[in-house]
Formats: sequence, C-alpha cells, structure tokens
Amino acid sequence: MYALVDCNSFYCSCERVFRPELATVPTVVLSNNDGCLIALTPEAKALGFVMGDPYHKVREKLEANRVAVFSSNYTLYGDFSARVLATLRAFAEEIENYSIDESFLRFSPGVSDLDGLSRTIRATVRRHTGIPVSVGVAPTKVLAKLANKLAKKQPERAGVMVMPKGAELEALLRGVEVGSLWGIGRQLTARLAEVGVKTAWELSQLPDTAARKNLTVVGARIAAELRGVSCLEIEEISPAKKNIISSRSFGQPITEKSEMREAVATYVSRAAEKMRRDGSVSGQLRVFVETNPFREQDAQWFGSCGATLHTPTNYTPELVSAALHALEGCWRNGFRYKKAGVMLLDLHSGAEVQSSFFTPPPAVVGRRAAAMAALDGLNRQLGRGTVTVATAGIAPAWRMKRGMCSPCYTTRWDELREVAA
Amino acid sequence: MAASVRAGFPSPADDYMEKAADLNELLIKHPAATFFLKARGDSMEGAGIRDGATLIVDRAVTPQDGDVVIAIVEGNLTVKRLRNDKTGAWLEAANARYKPIPLATDDMIWGVVTDAINPMRKRR
Repeated sequence: MYALVDCNSFYCSCERVFRPELATVPTVVLSNNDGCLIALTPEAKALGFVMGDPYHKVREKLEANRVAVFSSNYTLYGDFSARVLATLRAFAEEIENYSIDESFLRFSPGVSDLDGLSRTIRATVRRHTGIPVSVGVAPTKVLAKLANKLAKKQPERAGVMVMPKGAELEALLRGVEVGSLWGIGRQLTARLAEVGVKTAWELSQLPDTAARKNLTVVGARIAAELRGVSCLEIEEISPAKKNIISSRSFGQPITEKSEMREAVATYVSRAAEKMRRDGSVSGQLRVFVETNPFREQDAQWFGSCGATLHTPTNYTPELVSAALHALEGCWRNGFRYKKAGVMLLDLHSGAEVQSSFFTPPPAVVGRRAAAMAALDGLNRQLGRGTVTVATAGIAPAWRMKRGMCSPCYTTRWDELREVAA
Repeated sequence: MAASVRAGFPSPADDYMEKAADLNELLIKHPAATFFLKARGDSMEGAGIRDGATLIVDRAVTPQDGDVVIAIVEGNLTVKRLRNDKTGAWLEAANARYKPIPLATDDMIWGVVTDAINPMRKRR
C-alpha cells in the first residue's frame, strides 16, 4: 500500500505557521524576483487568482482584496520540507521524497486500519510542524496520487482518502478525466481521445497490448496502475519540476564526516546532471542528514542546512561546494547516520536567469557549459562518476529582488519570531 | 611496490571517545518539531522568562495544566502559563500586573515552552 502525503498550499502554509493571524486570510507567494504567483491558498483561488498570474498585472486586485503577499523564502520552505519529511519517517520505513511538498510512503501489508493511520499522520504532521497535509492511500502510486487529489478537493473527507475497491472504484474512475491523471500529459490525452478513451476507467480497461501500441510504455503502466497493479517506479514520471531531491538511505550507517562529504557530493552531482538534462538551474539548495529513528538504542539527530548561490546555476563544482558548506551546518559528530539528501530548490529554466554582479562573464559561462557537457557525456558512456572541484559559491540571499520576503524564522538567530510575553 | 606500514596500534581510547557535550542533546528532544522564538515583554518574569529571552518551543509535547505555552490568542502569538481544570482553560501571566485570559474555543496552543535562555550579559 502506498500513501501520498502532500502539503496543502505548501509555501503559503509555511508562511502561516509564524503568522497565525493569516490562518483564514487569502495568501499568495511570488516567484523569484516577484515575477508571478507560484503558490495560492484556496481562499486566494476563490477570488479568481491562478497559478502563474504575473504579479504586476494582479497587484492592484490583490491589494483591493487584502490578500497577504509574500516573496518566496526558500530558506524557510526548505527547512519546513525537511521537518515534514523527518516527521513522516516515524510512520514508514520506506519513503520516497518525491518533491519539496510531496512524499510517497509505503505501508507494510500488515496495516489494517489505513484510514486511522492516515488520520494520525495528518494530525501529527500538523501538530509537530504546523503544516496541513492531505493523505491519499491506494495499492499503486497513480491511484494514491488520485486519492490525494480527491482528499484535498472534497472537504467532507477531511484531508484523507483511502481508495475504495471494486464497483465503488469503477464508479469513481468513470468520473475522472484521463488528462487529470498523474503522468498523462496533453499529448497523451490527445492520443487517447483519438482511440475514444476519455475517462480513467476507460484507460484502465484498455488491453495491455493496445495500451502499449497507442501510448508509451509509461502510458501502459499507468493503465495497469489504475487496475491496482503496482508497476510504476517513481523516477519514471517527471513533471515540470520545481525542485529536485536526491537522497538515499545508506546500507551501512555513516559515522565519519569524510564519508558523508562523499555521499553529499555524489547526490548533488546527480541532481546537477538532472538539472542540465532539463535545462534548468537552481539558486538554493538544502542538505539534510538523519539517524535511524527505528533504532531506539541510538542517539538521534536530524539536521538540515540551506545554502544560497550567487547566481542560479547547474554547474556541478559550484553546487558541490555549496552543498559541502551546508553539510558543515548540519553535521554533528558522534551519530550513526542512516540517510542524507540534497534538495535543489528554486528551479527555473536556464534561459530566464538574470545576470548579477556575480554572474561570470560569457566566456566563462561557455567554458563551464562545455566542461559539463563533456562530463555528462563521459558519465553516460562510462557509467556514473563524480567530478568535484571545490570553488566558492556561497552568498546571502539579499541580492534577489524579494521585497516582501518573510524573516528566516527557523535559520537565523536575529530573525526569530517575537512573541508577546 | 605496494608496501603497507603498520602505523602503531589503534588508540586504546578510541572505544571510549566521548563527543563534546552538545546543547542540542540537552535542550531538543524533537528536532523536527522544535522552534525558537523570542519573548517580548515582562508578563512572564515570575516564570523566569525575561524580556528578550530565547524560548525553546516543542510542538510535539502535549500541553498540560501548568505548562508554559505559546498560544494563539485572537491571531497573535503569546507566551503564558496554561491552566486547565473543571472550570475550563485559561492563560495565566507570571506577573501580578496582568490578568488571566480565558482560552476561547478559537484559540489554540501553538507549542509548549520547554526552556528559556536569558542572557546574563549584553550580546554583542
């Protein structure tokens, strides 16, 4: 059984934890440089605002409606993401951090009260971190994703939905358009329409051979997943990513920092390669390390630390250097580490990066791109390798235009939230 | 070519290595649920929370009668002592100049203060 745990309006929810007066106030978060709306609470959506609205066009309407507007504070969101992940780890041994605000948990077959467990997870994450989440449970990831969507959409479900079986599932799938399914893009939707498939139910009933012929392998697997046959690896579906997480549990616990440095460098290199493949760059990253919460005899530590880059980049040496710097901030000696990971946040396409004082000259940019292309080529041919060059690339976030940025409540001593005594 | 050199015995102290005492270990039981806040005001002086104190707040702890808590009162965060009995729940200051505040149904407990750090010297 899989559970998809998804944070509701994640960036907005992070802002609200330290601003309880905004609990019911429509709230939005802007993209980097205050370009457009990237996160909205349901109250803001109800006012007619949508994801992607350019800020300068809707600014007056936001003000007129007294919407709370925030510049993006990735330091804060990265910290909360790590907290939510750490909280979820108490509930399942197997977790896939799918994105900054979504995780798949795999429950062991022995769990009988799935609804009860899901409600406990939801309540615990809310209480411990302040972040509201929705939980969708089903035998496959595609169905879990759908269950999650329904849990979020239908208020009477109170944020939790365990997918039904049999006739009830059929009735439900008949009401779901294929285009709204996880992994079915516009092209696939069009191709399915040609063969008369419009609902999720129709897709699930497509014979395997026909599915494979008309769709891709991925499409055929989605069809199987809808029938309750689990066959989808998480990596096989990659939506337009807002962030990349590269993490792993270690076979043997790590106790030496030198080993951890290698692990972190490997993860960030892998993530950088992924970014280059997508043509994206990142301006923020976060490293986290954690012990095994299931070993109660061990001392426990969970640490996470973020770093901001001068200029958004996908250049491996710069990212490695930033990640190792962040590791210094969250490593503690004397623990047996079970897992570590790197999140690359604030991803956008390389073309839209604005140059700053710290942007390297074009000749350097060209040389770096050539070096990375050569590196990726070699890694593809000869298997995964790691090349790391230590270069300095850390800078505070002040250079970005983010006029309405909230304080870094959780990461800076001089920005703590004040409370009336 | 490859010659190995035995660089002496491992230190007999290796097995008894102790890490430096770590404040995190002393003060933070639930790292993912623990936040730091700063107290502003004198209403909790009697409880050892001075103006400017750094509060360690654990959200994983279940608030009980007598706990110093962060509460949301009319949308604002405030630190007070929680009182909980048959007659209901209210928030109590630790300073005679402040009146107790009844806890309304809309109000919520944000977290439980486990420790307060009061500077003894001006921080520079």
